[in-house]
Amino acid sequence: MSTTTQTAAVGEQAAAPGRRRKQLSEGARAERRLGWMLCAPAVIVMIAVTAYPIGYAIYLSLERYNLAFPNAVKFVGLSNYGAVLSSPFWWHALTVTVIITVISVGVELVLGMLLAMLMYRTLFGRGTVRTTILIPYGIVTVVAAYSWQYAWTPSEGYLSAAFNNSAPLTKTVTAIAVIILAEIWKTTPFMALLLMAGLSLVPEDLQKAAKVDGATTWQRFVRITLPLMKPAILVALLFRMLDAFRIFDNIYILTTGANGTGSVSVLTYDNLITALNLGTGSALSILILICVAIIAVLFIKGFGTAAPGSDVRR
Amino acid sequence: MATTTARQKVGWGTANTIVVVLTLIPVLWIVSLSFKDPASITDPTFFPVKWTWANYSGILTTSSFIRPLINSIGIGLIATLIAVVLASMAAYAVARLAFPGKQVLIGMSLLIAMFPAVALATPMFNIERILGLFNTWPGLIIPYVATGLPLGIYTLSAFFREIPWELEKAAKIDGATPFQAFTRVIAPLAAPGMVTTAILVFLFCWNEFLLAITLTSTTAARTAPAAIGFFSGSSQFAVPTGSISAAAVVITIPIIVFVLFFQRRIVAGLTSGAVKG
Repeated sequence: MSTTTQTAAVGEQAAAPGRRRKQLSEGARAERRLGWMLCAPAVIVMIAVTAYPIGYAIYLSLERYNLAFPNAVKFVGLSNYGAVLSSPFWWHALTVTVIITVISVGVELVLGMLLAMLMYRTLFGRGTVRTTILIPYGIVTVVAAYSWQYAWTPSEGYLSAAFNNSAPLTKTVTAIAVIILAEIWKTTPFMALLLMAGLSLVPEDLQKAAKVDGATTWQRFVRITLPLMKPAILVALLFRMLDAFRIFDNIYILTTGANGTGSVSVLTYDNLITALNLGTGSALSILILICVAIIAVLFIKGFGTAAPGSDVRR
Repeated sequence: MATTTARQKVGWGTANTIVVVLTLIPVLWIVSLSFKDPASITDPTFFPVKWTWANYSGILTTSSFIRPLINSIGIGLIATLIAVVLASMAAYAVARLAFPGKQVLIGMSLLIAMFPAVALATPMFNIERILGLFNTWPGLIIPYVATGLPLGIYTLSAFFREIPWELEKAAKIDGATPFQAFTRVIAPLAAPGMVTTAILVFLFCWNEFLLAITLTSTTAARTAPAAIGFFSGSSQFAVPTGSISAAAVVITIPIIVFVLFFQRRIVAGLTSGAVKG
């Protein structure tokens, strides 16, 4: 929880608001300067690599700019956006992305909650479980994706063999199911760890008191644990939603986006690397950014998620 | 816990086992594939019928894997070092100093943490092409530092808030110079947070794929995951499945080592930003 800001510097700062405005004391001014100096390098790098490219992407998205025809660069206004938004490929990719995001995050929330409970309450082997589940979190997504791909390859994989030599990666619906499975396996541990941190904020006394009052396990979970964990759950959901929305690695390895399984990220990559179309690619980048912003705003405004790191009291 | 019945023990034990097994099966499968003899790779048994080191000796003698492996290590370490240094400076300021613009910095880090890498792909591709950074180490290090920074600033400012800074003052009263006070008292306390952050940032760089395949074109800068992603395309290896699996296992080893040695730190680091607020 945000127990206000600093510990040691509290003494100096408590006096600060009073004499702010007109003249800052020499010390406070020096502190400001030091603060800015210390943050400057980080800020410069972050702006150089994100804000500037985005500005540049907005500019590029208004141009007809294809590296295959470098002499045909021309300002075309919003027509790249028109082309993308009227293209069935964009809407299909967006649908696929939303389906993958919603299903995988939904399942992860349930599984992650169970896993968090297990790690928090299990009587023994807690360390072993925590160490083991960090492997999917840490493993390179490409590696995990190959493992799933080979497992589902007919006459090669154990899972395909177990399911009557089926080839799920060759059909849209089943391929998306495999992508979701791979996504869930990889990211449930992260969800579980965030939820476990939330669980540790639920006071044990409250649980005991409710137990004494005759509340069943389920009632205690729904009436006490869940409400107290709400901030942790929302933060975990927000992080995972944004993460799932930009899904790329798993799809690229499992299907390369074939059979209509490409996400918006895969579509953008194809547009850039295969078609070398910078104008359309930039329009796609900006549209994805807008989608991400919508998700974030919905969460922060709609559900009142306190942004992690903000010093707002919940 | 007053008494634990045998039934409870069995129940938790079963649950633990299920989790561990489900977690490890895909990992064991790729390990098993990497040891399968090329002739028996099309045999869908879970464990190899005939074990072989051929896949490993194959990939470890080809520059199309060794070079990307060196790239991955180099790019990962340099990006991690820069990110941790810059993030420490910023996080110290966030945790310890009063200055206007702190909230803006925190908000900006949050925005960047949520940022879809693919939105950067197209503009960065063109910028790096023009600046001559395309397909070079700095071309990947710079975006990795930028994406690692928000993570670093969060985790480190959470850690720095917990440090009892009064100790610094106490050391000075006892006659230590500011430098001594920092190196002898504060640095040892801050080190665990920095190690944790370094691990998380390194894991991120090690794992990154989208920018790695967008901003590189040859093994001059292509990292290991990106190179593995392109193994299948080339027919350089007789049976790509075995080679890919062996390469996959090689790049998984550092992760297993990190996880085994730093389990507590990784968990603390991952959850500090989210819950401490």
